Amino acid sequence: MLVLSRKKGESIIIGDNIELKVLGVDGEQVKLGIIAPKTVTIHRKEVFEEIQRQNKEALVVNADLLEQLKKYK
Amino acid sequence: MKINSNFLGEVEIVEQDILLFEHGLMGLEEYKKFVLLPLDVDLPIILLQSTECAEISFILAFPYAFKSDYHFDLSEDDKEQLQIEKEEDVMAYVIITFKEPFEKSTLNLLAPVVININKKLGKQIVLHDKDYPLRYPVPTLKGSGK
Repeated sequence: MLVLSRKKGESIIIGDNIELKVLGVDGEQVKLGIIAPKTVTIHRKEVFEEIQRQNKEALVVNADLLEQLKKYK
Repeated sequence: MKINSNFLGEVEIVEQDILLFEHGLMGLEEYKKFVLLPLDVDLPIILLQSTECAEISFILAFPYAFKSDYHFDLSEDDKEQLQIEKEEDVMAYVIITFKEPFEKSTLNLLAPVVININKKLGKQIVLHDKDYPLRYPVPTLKGSGK
C-alpha cells in the first residue's frame, strides 16, 4: 500500500482525472472531497459491501417462491 | 425472443423491452441486461430477470405501496447516466429479500433500482445522504397499497 501524508486542504491525484482532497480532520474523523469523472462510482466501502451481500441474498433461488407469494393478498 | 428464467420457466419477451444496467447490480456487475416481468400475485411486486442468466432474478417492490413517504432525489450525475429528461421517465423500485413467511421479508430502501422506462436504462443507486435502511421489514399491507 502506498502511504502518503497530507495536510488539510491538500490533495492527491489518482490517474489523471481523480482528485482526493482532505477537507478537514476532526478527532478520528477525516472529511474527504472527491472529484472524479461521472463514470466512476464512489461508495463508503462498508456500505458497498453490505449492499453487495444483500443483493446476493435477495437473488431469487427458490422456484417455489411464486406459489408462496400467491398466498398473500 | 425467448429467455429462460429459473423462476418463471421459458418466457417470451420483446427485445425492445430489455433494460441495460451499465454497471450491473452491486456484487453482480457482470449481468447487465434485464427485463421486468409481471408476476401473477396480489402483491405490488414485479420480477427483474436477467436475460443472460436464468438464475439471476430479483423480486422488486413498488416502494410506495409499502412505505408511502419513501422519497429521494436523483443526483444530476444519475439523471445524466440514465438520460432522464422528465419525471415520467422514471420508475423506482426496491429489491425484496424474500423470507418465509412473506412478513419476514425485507426491503432494501438504501439502494433502490431506478429505471428510465423510455430509454430502457437502469441503475442501482445508493442514497448516501438518506437514513433509509438496507433491511426494512415489510409492513403488512392494509389493502391500501394495491
